[in-house]
Amino acid sequence: MAITRGFTGRRRTDPRLPPGQYDVGRDFPVLTAEVTPRINLDRWTMTVDGLVANPITWTWNEIRSLTPSTYRGDIHCVTTWSKLDTWFGGVSVDELFAASGVLPTATHVLATSTTGYTTNLPLDDIRGGKAWLVWTHEDKPLPTEHGGPIRLLVPHLYFWKSAKWITRLTLLDHDERGFWERNGYHDHGDPWTEERYSGD
Amino acid sequence: MTDLPAGTDDPHSTDGPAVPAVLAPVGGWRTATVAGIDHPTAHGVRLRLDVPDRVDHLPGQHYVLRLTAPDGYTATRSYSIASAPSDPLLELFVEVLPDGEVSGFLDEVVEPGDELEVRGPIGGWFVWTGERQAVAIGAGSGVVPLVSMLRHARDVGRTDALTLVTGARTLADLPYADEFRAAGAHLVLSREDHDGRPAGRLAAADLAGLLTGAERGFVCGSAGFAETASVLLADLGMDVQQIRVERFGPTS
Ligand SMILES: Cc1cc2nc3c(=O)[nH]c(=O)nc-3n(C[C@H](O)[C@H](O)[C@H](O)COP(=O)(O)OP(=O)(O)OC[C@H]3O[C@@H](n4cnc5c(N)ncnc54)[C@H](O)[C@@H]3O)c2cc1C
Repeated sequence: MAITRGFTGRRRTDPRLPPGQYDVGRDFPVLTAEVTPRINLDRWTMTVDGLVANPITWTWNEIRSLTPSTYRGDIHCVTTWSKLDTWFGGVSVDELFAASGVLPTATHVLATSTTGYTTNLPLDDIRGGKAWLVWTHEDKPLPTEHGGPIRLLVPHLYFWKSAKWITRLTLLDHDERGFWERNGYHDHGDPWTEERYSGD
Repeated sequence: MTDLPAGTDDPHSTDGPAVPAVLAPVGGWRTATVAGIDHPTAHGVRLRLDVPDRVDHLPGQHYVLRLTAPDGYTATRSYSIASAPSDPLLELFVEVLPDGEVSGFLDEVVEPGDELEVRGPIGGWFVWTGERQAVAIGAGSGVVPLVSMLRHARDVGRTDALTLVTGARTLADLPYADEFRAAGAHLVLSREDHDGRPAGRLAAADLAGLLTGAERGFVCGSAGFAETASVLLADLGMDVQQIRVERFGPTS
């Protein structure tokens, strides 16, 4: 890697920061390609469908009555900011999958937002305690611009995988690229190996 | 004139966000040479880069720039492209932020002849290739991709298809102010009266009458500005599926 003349860098890396990331501190940047939607919680639903034994749709009250689960740790955005030691509250995706009965043929998941935004994940990246649906951030209701009232949280991958305004998870037997993945970003998005752009 | 892939601007889905049918190519890392650098505004630095094997971009796309320290530490940031696809050089415009690691370095240290690592073009969503009637609203460094759109509109004879609204605190702070004014852009200055418009933030009155015939809206700027402008467009009746937003910078 070529050294840039005269550049020493002002910030040094915390071991919790993946390569090329910096700590935003208390900030929580917003990066969305769409207009922030206004979601009516009386009408919002969450569906798990595709290759499952029982496709299920939960209402806002139903989803909030599931076993609470919290993530505490770091999040990493592909635009190079990371937010360290933050926390979100909601429900584990494992619980939704257990209720729906994921079929053995399922290998991938497509997450869809109320806006139509989509993102794809290998099934093993979203089950086994690795992903949540969350509606609180640091004990307050998740703000709309951050995906509230409810978003997907997959903190071990770049944050575009954590679809805002989630409404559906569809189990598939193949990979189907989502919005950013079709727009030049990496199919998988592991921050530790810098899977930023397609071809990385 | 550079050839652009046909149909890039065409949505192929009706029920989700319109995803471009043709993908923008993403080049690998390139070592660009600084062909020119100047400081057109008090807090702005413009870079003209010679990028070997440059992949043609679409107006609205961005590059990433990576700086590497002798100990291997790197800082990577995204910058929108200001130049038209037809320009042999790649032009970026960076707003110098207080204590900004990368913008401060570009401002204080970089000289013509320096080599910088870049990668792009990136993004196939926030792009305007001249096919549709569009309104593009930007503020601060968020006007940068609008410069590329404007220059491209001139290249292809489609300036009539692009309505520009550009904002800054004062005229002196607005990047590319002369170019925007010459193109008839609507200037929205928050701290200065201009052309009969009293100082103030972007409001519905600034957009009244500008949306007639507009099929698509582009909004670019800080998170706060992008939120205001995109909500205004939606409130004034633009289909939210047709509003494309690019947000820069931190918010709490
Ligand atoms: C798609 C895209 C396109 C963009 N296009 C442009 C463009 O065309 N022009 C442009 O100017 N910008 C653009 N940006 C923003 C750009 O990528 C950078 O974020 C910007 O230049 C700031 O980088 P920096 O290294 O100078 O500042 P940073 O060092 O990242 O700091 C940003 C601000 O946060 C504060 N800060 C950061 N880290 C800390 C810390 N640890 N402690 C205290 N304070 C801190 C700094 O004081 C500073 O004010 C774009 C962003 C995106 C995502």
